[in-house]
Amino acid sequence: MRGGWTFAASVPDKGIAPLLEGLDADDRFIHVPCTREEEAVGLCAGAAFAGGQGVLLTQNSGIGNTVNALTSLIEFYDLPLLILVSQRGGEGERIAAQRPMGRATRPILAACGVSAAEVTDADGLENTISRAARERVAAIANPAAWAKILA
Amino acid sequence: MKRHEAVRHLSAALPEHLVVCYAGAACEELFAGGDEDRFLYILGSMGLSSSIGLGLALTARRPVLAFEGDGSLLMNLGTLVTTAQRAPGGFVLAIVDNGQHASTGGQKTATAEGVDVGALARASGWRDVRAFSTIEEIDRGARSLSGDGATLVHLKVQPGDGPRRVVDVAPAELAARAKRASA
Repeated sequence: MRGGWTFAASVPDKGIAPLLEGLDADDRFIHVPCTREEEAVGLCAGAAFAGGQGVLLTQNSGIGNTVNALTSLIEFYDLPLLILVSQRGGEGERIAAQRPMGRATRPILAACGVSAAEVTDADGLENTISRAARERVAAIANPAAWAKILA
Repeated sequence: MKRHEAVRHLSAALPEHLVVCYAGAACEELFAGGDEDRFLYILGSMGLSSSIGLGLALTARRPVLAFEGDGSLLMNLGTLVTTAQRAPGGFVLAIVDNGQHASTGGQKTATAEGVDVGALARASGWRDVRAFSTIEEIDRGARSLSGDGATLVHLKVQPGDGPRRVVDVAPAELAARAKRASA
């Protein structure tokens, strides 16, 4: 991970599973698997209070569990945060229950002061990580895009 | 022993620790009793003081003491599992248990009905679990905390507030001084 984003907190998702395994296998990263996404934001905030930079890895449904932490913690203390989102509920989604949160994810992020960047390849991910040095941003990619990025 | 006495005494007994304090009356009491640069007041995000404490403990060069209320612990019970899995050396998670949601009107919590914080912690993987219910027990017990593993301390306190003062340090300054104190 470029630019000092060496602390990661995650709730698992199939789309980013290889990334989570990679983080666990690499000593340069601290990776904490969490029980729920709000907790993961708390961990990233703790790392940021100590001068680190935290990355939240989650399925987009988990964004719904982060709202108060993104606002009353991350925004309030003006802490850095990069979010890597595995986006479900789009075209071709076979589980109907994923669709409402698929639609709601970007508006929720916007309301919480987090920019959303649609990412389709490795260059797009690199660009989004660069943006995270200046603003809170979420890189959003569907499972097919993550498969391409992580190939 | 009331909440403000428990928080103040355990903080004083662990002078090398960064202190993370949970939202509501606890922060205002700690602030009123004498501010220190190593104190990080979490003024919102109820339930996340312990998670923030773990993130700090895994990143900072100093040990961390995180306070959480019984109501806020029950809001984020998963934190017991996550913190026990990592359990960095010197990390102390102190649950301040007055059996009520004191900052929102004194509604009773489940710990007042017999839910056992220490048993929850042990079942979640904490190996070192202590319970202190007097100031003397805190002062004596804090000296016996080793730096090897993480410790969960159940602080059983009586309901009731101490002197309070609104935390009027700017959030950016609280973040900046936490960073300085972590180095």
